Amino acid sequence: MNAVTEIYTGFKSLLIGMRVTIGQFFKPAVTVRYPHQTLKIPLRYRGHIELVGNPASGKPLCFVCKLCERACPSDCISVDGVKLEGDKRKSVTSYKLDFTRCSLCGSCVEACREGAIRFSRDYNLAGLAKEEFLMDLVQRFQAQQAEAKPEVRSAKPEVLAEQKRETANVSLNPTP
Amino acid sequence: MSALFSKLVSLLDTEPYRLVVAVVVIVSFVALNAAYLVWVERKGAGRFQRRPGPTEVGPAGLLQPVADGLKLMSKQLIVPAGADSTLFRAAPLMVMAPVLMSLAVIPFGRGLAARNLNVGLLMIFALGSINVMALMLGGWASRNKYAMMSAARVVSQNVAYEIPMLLVVITLAMVTGTMDLNQIVLQQAGGFWHWNLFRVWVNPLMPVTFLIFYICMLEETNRAPFDMAEAESELVAGAYTEYAGMGFGVFFMAEYANIVLGCSLATVLFLGGWQSPFGLLPGVGWFLLKMYFLVFSVVWVRWTFPRTQFYRLLNLSWKILIPVSLFTLILSAAMIKLPAMIKLLRALL
Repeated sequence: MNAVTEIYTGFKSLLIGMRVTIGQFFKPAVTVRYPHQTLKIPLRYRGHIELVGNPASGKPLCFVCKLCERACPSDCISVDGVKLEGDKRKSVTSYKLDFTRCSLCGSCVEACREGAIRFSRDYNLAGLAKEEFLMDLVQRFQAQQAEAKPEVRSAKPEVLAEQKRETANVSLNPTP
Repeated sequence: MSALFSKLVSLLDTEPYRLVVAVVVIVSFVALNAAYLVWVERKGAGRFQRRPGPTEVGPAGLLQPVADGLKLMSKQLIVPAGADSTLFRAAPLMVMAPVLMSLAVIPFGRGLAARNLNVGLLMIFALGSINVMALMLGGWASRNKYAMMSAARVVSQNVAYEIPMLLVVITLAMVTGTMDLNQIVLQQAGGFWHWNLFRVWVNPLMPVTFLIFYICMLEETNRAPFDMAEAESELVAGAYTEYAGMGFGVFFMAEYANIVLGCSLATVLFLGGWQSPFGLLPGVGWFLLKMYFLVFSVVWVRWTFPRTQFYRLLNLSWKILIPVSLFTLILSAAMIKLPAMIKLLRALL
């Protein structure tokens, strides 16, 4: 009799398991088809750093004070600039980031008084050679500007406002 | 035009042509099923795990089997040093050939069987046992101790499950009184309550018999939850460890071909073959519908249950399935002979 009840309860539990899986079968997939679809990256995402532009002039806010360079514990930033005729401050000509050594600690972003650098939300960073991670952020900034985005990414207060607006970061965001 | 067509059809029905047509149809049916059941399995696995499954090769991943096939065919067939090369090469063929031969007697529709043998059921089980031997040979010929051990596991597993399967089939042969698969289907005409699955007035345990047949079919095809032989999640590939390229591919195809055969047989024996469940429009469509439902359920079972332990597997067979199937055998024998026995007793008293 014991064996019979055992078979009965065992078989019943098998059927319950089958019902659970068939229930899942008809529900939509939860995966993101990565290269075709991407998740919206949260604003607080810590990618490598990038230069912030001045919305009025479209040039980097950075004026080569080199606080970030000094703040960096891994010694992976080197900034260079020139003083242009008629400008009060220097303008940046090269901002070298050795991303192979960067530990994304964020000391440079904290050190910057102007809010001239921030974390990018770039995470597709696979590369075939080490040199691809020796980045020149000025070139990157110019390339971004050349893409002629009408919205110029803004300085800190506006970022925070944007952050408040976009609370849901999980919405799917098909890439073109 | 139609006269020409009917002439062509009647020509194809004459002997040497009929044979060629049957061979071509069965081989292509098996190959197509083996290829696309892999796709069904992968899509099914994806859906059960809330993933999309293959999507990249062709629309909805439909060209995935072609890509897999090309990959396997482009690989070298390696015969390991010291292996018995003849047996090593013969084993995949010996797994595949019995399935193709068995499908010759399956009635897909009215008169739609390559050969209408009156001992078709017997032939299928006779050929089915070659499968086990071929796996054993494959494992043994590879001269690899792991392949050898898992081949031994395959044999002990398949021998344990051959017994309840055959007992169930004997029960069925007693109930139907014939081994002709076409006759068995014809007996089940006129609605689903005539199917052998629901023939409870002959043997009240008919649904249990079907269940035992189904479990044994899962086991004979080495499917999860009884896939110790291959155990692809932790072993390399069980008895197929040393096989590369299409040698492995043929084993893989044979697994799916065996599933098609097992499900076809279950459909013919228990679910009325090509008979319609409501007595309307019997035809090959019903057969395929029932068979593919069973195939789907095999995928469903695989992605629901984890693998059992080896001793549990043998316990299930020796302690539950064999006693129960013996009981159904005796019960149906008694039920069939009951009227005659009552008559005899009356005459004696």
